[in-house]
Amino acid sequence: MTFISRRDLLKRAAVVGAAVPGARRLQPSDLLETPPQSYERSAAAIALQPTRVREPLETLTAGEMDILDAVVARLIPTDANGPGATEARAAHYIDRALGGALASSRPAYTSGLAALDRYARSSRGAAFTQLSAIDQDSVLIDVETGAATGFTGSSAAFFALLLNHTHQGTFGDPYYGGNANFVGWDLISYPGVRTMVTATDQQQLEKHALKPNHKSAYDTDMFTKATARANESSLPRRSSPDAGAKAGRSVSDSDAKAGLPRRSVSDSDAKAGLPRRSVSDSDAKAGA
Amino acid sequence: MATTLKETDVVIIGLGAVGGVAALPLTQAGIEVVGLEAGTWLTRRDFAPDELRNNYRGWPQGVQKANQEIPTSRATASSPTAPRGNLHPMQNAVGGTSLHYWAQSWRLNPWDFRVVSETKRRYGASRIPSGSTVEDWPFGLEELEPYYDKVEYEIGVSGQAGNIEGKIDPRGNRFEGPRKRAYPMPPLRGTEFLEKMAGAARSLGWHPFPGPAAVNSRSYQNRSACMYHGFCNRGGCHVDAKNSTAVTTIPRAQATGKLKVVTRAHVTTIEVGADGLPSGVNYVTDGAEYFQPAKVVLLASFTYENTRLLLLSKSKAFPGGLSNNHHQVGRHYLSHHQGAGVSALFPFDINAWYGLPAQGIAVDNWADDNFDHGSLDFIGGGNLWVYSDRRPIGAAGMNTFGRAPNWGSQWKAFIKENADRSNNSYIQKSTLPYEDNFLDLDPVVKDPLGYPVCRVTAEYKENERRIAAFTQDKMEQWYREAGAIAIQRAPVGGAMGVSTHAYGGTRMGDNPETNVVNRWGFSHEAPNLGVLGASVMGTSGAHNPTLTAQALAWRTAEHLAKNFNGIARRRS
Repeated sequence: MTFISRRDLLKRAAVVGAAVPGARRLQPSDLLETPPQSYERSAAAIALQPTRVREPLETLTAGEMDILDAVVARLIPTDANGPGATEARAAHYIDRALGGALASSRPAYTSGLAALDRYARSSRGAAFTQLSAIDQDSVLIDVETGAATGFTGSSAAFFALLLNHTHQGTFGDPYYGGNANFVGWDLISYPGVRTMVTATDQQQLEKHALKPNHKSAYDTDMFTKATARANESSLPRRSSPDAGAKAGRSVSDSDAKAGLPRRSVSDSDAKAGLPRRSVSDSDAKAGA
Repeated sequence: MATTLKETDVVIIGLGAVGGVAALPLTQAGIEVVGLEAGTWLTRRDFAPDELRNNYRGWPQGVQKANQEIPTSRATASSPTAPRGNLHPMQNAVGGTSLHYWAQSWRLNPWDFRVVSETKRRYGASRIPSGSTVEDWPFGLEELEPYYDKVEYEIGVSGQAGNIEGKIDPRGNRFEGPRKRAYPMPPLRGTEFLEKMAGAARSLGWHPFPGPAAVNSRSYQNRSACMYHGFCNRGGCHVDAKNSTAVTTIPRAQATGKLKVVTRAHVTTIEVGADGLPSGVNYVTDGAEYFQPAKVVLLASFTYENTRLLLLSKSKAFPGGLSNNHHQVGRHYLSHHQGAGVSALFPFDINAWYGLPAQGIAVDNWADDNFDHGSLDFIGGGNLWVYSDRRPIGAAGMNTFGRAPNWGSQWKAFIKENADRSNNSYIQKSTLPYEDNFLDLDPVVKDPLGYPVCRVTAEYKENERRIAAFTQDKMEQWYREAGAIAIQRAPVGGAMGVSTHAYGGTRMGDNPETNVVNRWGFSHEAPNLGVLGASVMGTSGAHNPTLTAQALAWRTAEHLAKNFNGIARRRS
């Protein structure tokens, strides 16, 4: 888990405010219910821990990010089996995605992380980030099983969301900001994204002799990034009555090059015209 | 005020798996066709191998017209409405969902066309499940065989024939009906694990075979062979080796000069003229309204939208919706019972990171009426299917078979060892229509244009649940024979929900009292209206619907081309 000094926090607040036009500056109230003194304790703790630089947050508040960092570190721990969600930067992935494709989950994080921390305090006597790993796990078990109180709806639903997004941030394509240094793929011996797998490659795989390919799908220029960005960007809600007609649009930067029938939809068009649907959090049911 | 466009011979609503097929025989016969498609063209550059985007964020369905019209669902008329899904099972695009589907391209079994008469003959009338509205199809497999053949060769299907004009080939499916000739391409390649599963089936005395796929096993029609890269499941093909209509029949139809493709056309209603016949189609693009007049209208969207558009198209002649004066639109609905799978854990790596869902081994010994049901309490059966398909996020979310928690260090150790050691079977089961399973318009939920969305009221009945339990036993037996050390079964099924395999609503049959379209796919009540898609099918069989829907679409289009003057509306 990551601790930060209060001074760093204030510095970061300035950076965030400057980096994102129109973004709200961090307020003390963003620190959830964490009283200032806990940051003093954090500052003491940080001396005992390797320092990790956290880049400006895109969606979460610093207080939320502290809790999320601590949670993902327990869901996929760094241990004898190697790096975990911390090294994969799963929390960074979630922070980014909550401003785009997972924006519909933002309210769940706001209330869920606050509820988790409140529950840690009321049931274990300290902020979640201050608990021992064993106590953190016991809190998470309560949240997972729905036994934790103080959540909007079932705490189990929030846990399922967190776990799913932590998987996405640990095992997804690094293009989206997680799975840093391919630690997720290496953990499960995924041999990597390829555009061609020959019969010989398959046989090599079966002999455990296929070298992992550490590449993002978007490392080549073979694929348009627009479709990935369409999911990334925060799209405005539908506002005009004809938006339904526009929904048929799909985004691609390839049409001009391909010389295909009319489809001149730029990225900015897409942002303006595409109605905001909550994009799926769950794996679409496999259908043939 | 809608802009009225120049009249065309035929307007097709939806250029997907079936509309895209129908366009070809029509345009080849010199008929002018306008194809209205809600989506756009997508190309190989759009199809990145990206699990997060394809399988978790549902691109491109997440940003589409169809996604604003996701049907609501409930199990029965008295049960509460289930939480609404946030992804429509289908996508809008030229080529439709044939761009990203699994591409399993099966023919139906001869029994599927004659469930009623064959069941009566073999087991007695009492064995037709009570409450079922199942009818025999108006024709048998032999009528559809030439059209299956045309589509298999026109789009390209890889597979191993099992029955060529009555001669059984044990390498293929010995239970399939007779076919005129072999598939145009050999089956997709195997893997060590698939070979192991085939061997295990043989040692049980079963008859495993590689399944058919609309994916190139070698280069075909100047398109590439499959690259087996592992992102075919809800992903389009980056080398055009998946034979969607967007890379096969639609470009060929365009080359005739007779097909006009209109993208981003959001069809709202089918217009009916003063003569009581469909006269064209209303659609909206970017807020602008258009009326496309046509002598013949072919409705070729997905099952839910086929029913919805008919119910929304009210007129003096059809006050309850187009072609619905006999109250059959939305009836005889079923969705394939394709859940209730079985998962297995093996003590060795399966090496399933690469491949595709259509690359697999099938067993049909327990499908349809391929086995004696005399001492059983159900009719029909299931196709057992194992395949090579795995991606990392999905692998991390694997079932831990009760051997580890779902997170933490123990879980991490478990997936480090087992991420590539599980296998999920896919079991498609015969599903029948029932009196109280139906589609209609939702009384509350509307799309952004203000039109009600489709509502599914349907549940699996006792017959389907018994098939599920029976085929799960067989699947477990098969996995155990191959060395599985743990097995998990999914529940045998309740509410149908919203499905990728949705049938009925505009059923085909000779009797206009119980069917919407006739044996050629044209409306009993509005003869210049044709309906394409699985919405005309009255039974599902135990295999994927797309090839059958495409063969029916070709047959309807060919019938129209041959009888155009008799079917077309005369200008009034």
